[in-house]
Amino acid sequence: MSVDAADASYAPVFTGARKTELNELLTRYPTKMAALLPALWMVQEDRGWVSQEGIAEVAEVLDLTPAYVKGVVTFYTMYHQHPVATHFIQVCTTSPCNVCGAEDVVTALLKHTGCEELGVQSPDGKYQVIEVECLGACGFNTPLMVNERFIESVTVDSVPALLASLD
Amino acid sequence: MGFPHKPHERESLVLSKHFGEREAIGLDGWRARGGYTALQKALAMQPAEIVQLVKDSGLRGRGGAGFPTGVKWSFMKPGDGKPHYLVCNADESEPGTFKDREIMRWTPHALVEGCAIGAHAIGAEVAYVYIRGEYTEALEKMNAACKDAYAAGILGKNAMGTGKTVHVYVHKGAGAYICGEETAMMNSLEGKRGNPRIKPPFPAVSGVFGQPTTINNVETLAAVPHIINNGAAWYQAFKRADNPKSTGTKLYSVCGNIQRPGNYEVPMGFPFKDFLYDLCGGPLSGRQFKAIIPGGISVPIQTRDEAEATLMDYEGFVANGTMLGSGGVIVIDDAQNLVKQIARAARFFAHESCAQCTQCREGTAWTTKILERIVAGEGTHEDFDTLLEIAENMTGKTICVLSDSCATPVISGLTKFRADFEALIKKKKVHMVPAQVA
Ligand SMILES: Cc1cc2nc3c(=O)[nH]c(=O)nc-3n(C[C@H](O)[C@H](O)[C@H](O)COP(=O)(O)O)c2cc1C
Ligand code: SF4
Ligand code: FES
Repeated sequence: MSVDAADASYAPVFTGARKTELNELLTRYPTKMAALLPALWMVQEDRGWVSQEGIAEVAEVLDLTPAYVKGVVTFYTMYHQHPVATHFIQVCTTSPCNVCGAEDVVTALLKHTGCEELGVQSPDGKYQVIEVECLGACGFNTPLMVNERFIESVTVDSVPALLASLD
Repeated sequence: MGFPHKPHERESLVLSKHFGEREAIGLDGWRARGGYTALQKALAMQPAEIVQLVKDSGLRGRGGAGFPTGVKWSFMKPGDGKPHYLVCNADESEPGTFKDREIMRWTPHALVEGCAIGAHAIGAEVAYVYIRGEYTEALEKMNAACKDAYAAGILGKNAMGTGKTVHVYVHKGAGAYICGEETAMMNSLEGKRGNPRIKPPFPAVSGVFGQPTTINNVETLAAVPHIINNGAAWYQAFKRADNPKSTGTKLYSVCGNIQRPGNYEVPMGFPFKDFLYDLCGGPLSGRQFKAIIPGGISVPIQTRDEAEATLMDYEGFVANGTMLGSGGVIVIDDAQNLVKQIARAARFFAHESCAQCTQCREGTAWTTKILERIVAGEGTHEDFDTLLEIAENMTGKTICVLSDSCATPVISGLTKFRADFEALIKKKKVHMVPAQVA
């Protein structure tokens, strides 16, 4: 997992409107380093994940070293250090959701996506399912995120319709 | 309100009054509901006056520790020539808790207003609202609210025409429970790994960017405009007669095995039994409550008897073997394997440990391993002693209290629900005997 993933086709993110956005953001903080999390988000939004090249570009625009930026990237679970499937599905299975049947939802998701196991993409590269910790939507049926979309109250029965709605 | 259910007549709707009302989300709708009158009033007051008012109200931090908010604000020394900062903790990642999310989704301007008042009160020109990255809807609503508030001249260099500077900036987290811990949050805001810092220095002396900083929870700050508008005595009145130490209304998120999960707002001192059975509708049909974790997964587990005897305020929960914590009420019924849920909680802490402290890094991992072994039917009685020894070693010895939080359900589980653990060991024996015969 820790091998640095490279992206040969990487194109710089911080040009044009993104550059302006970053510059505006920098006025909010007394240090450049403080814009690191937001800058990494921009890379992930535009490129889908944070590659070695993305890390190098962020380091350059914020006057940091790539090693430093990488150290930060690896701390936070939401930055993808590898490309992910088209529909990256994150399901909460922490205790409050667990007592309401979250593990069964995970099983149903694996079955209906054709993913062999957690974390592994389906053969068609369309789906990838992982378990995550509390998403702050406890209380109802299982919550999950598909990429940046938050979906609540998923049940075993609603899984097929949910997957169909993603395409 | 028992959102998404209709409000119950015994609730006291202050913070949650407009949950579910689409019109309340936007600036015009918010103004039509009295929005920003408190900020206008506060900007005309001296910071010290606001701090005194909040002290008098008895408001205490809703993020978990219950520290008196006015006292915390008074640690920020005016006129020290340094930039001051307010940080609003919207990381809400404590399992079982989803109240701050509702405040931000339905009433984002209430939080913008609370942040602006708080900033003025502590002599800060900038407030950062640190929202967990998974809260996409809250992020979108808060970003829109700030944008509209700037466009309307409520925020900015001449806030509400008073000549004062008040900035409120949204900062998006990136997935790390530990960033809810205040010093970890400051590191994260600075663009660092979210490792908690050793205290002292305390945030009021050296916080974010090395400057005096106050950090408050979303619900704490959202209560402030109401105190400005209605006064300290009004807020004080939400309490039980025999306990002046806990005042105001409190939002509870209710989840797990219960009829009507959701967010409820009740005055301090409300009877927990009525709360669980009347407001939340009691257990699912044919089941009984077994264990209640009333303040997010980090607080001690209560037995049903303890919970039913509790009056819901800071002191009331402590008197019955637990803590108010984050107000995330997790209900577990008799159909559940409690040890499995404690094991799952331990796995959560093992996953979220920032790994700086050995006791925490090793302790959370071993606790999880041993508990999972017991759940799998491969535990022994010696495991109980080992678990308690590890728990002891994890308590009061680390940089932050995440380590203690992992030990908490293990200790309360083994003390109050020993039979559940025993049953899993016995199960193993039952399972083993035929195997030996054959
Ligand atoms: C591991 C850990 C996680 C925490 N997570 C949160 C959180 O998600 N939200 C929050 O408001 N406080 C959280 N806290 C408490 C904060 O450190 C801090 O006490 C609080 O934000 C102060 O605000 P208040 O005085 O308004 O309660 C956490 C504390 C610890 C030790
Ligand atoms: S107790 Fe755990 S989470 Fe807290 S600082 Fe130490 S290692 Fe990190
Ligand atoms: S435990 Fe699943 S969202 Fe909180």
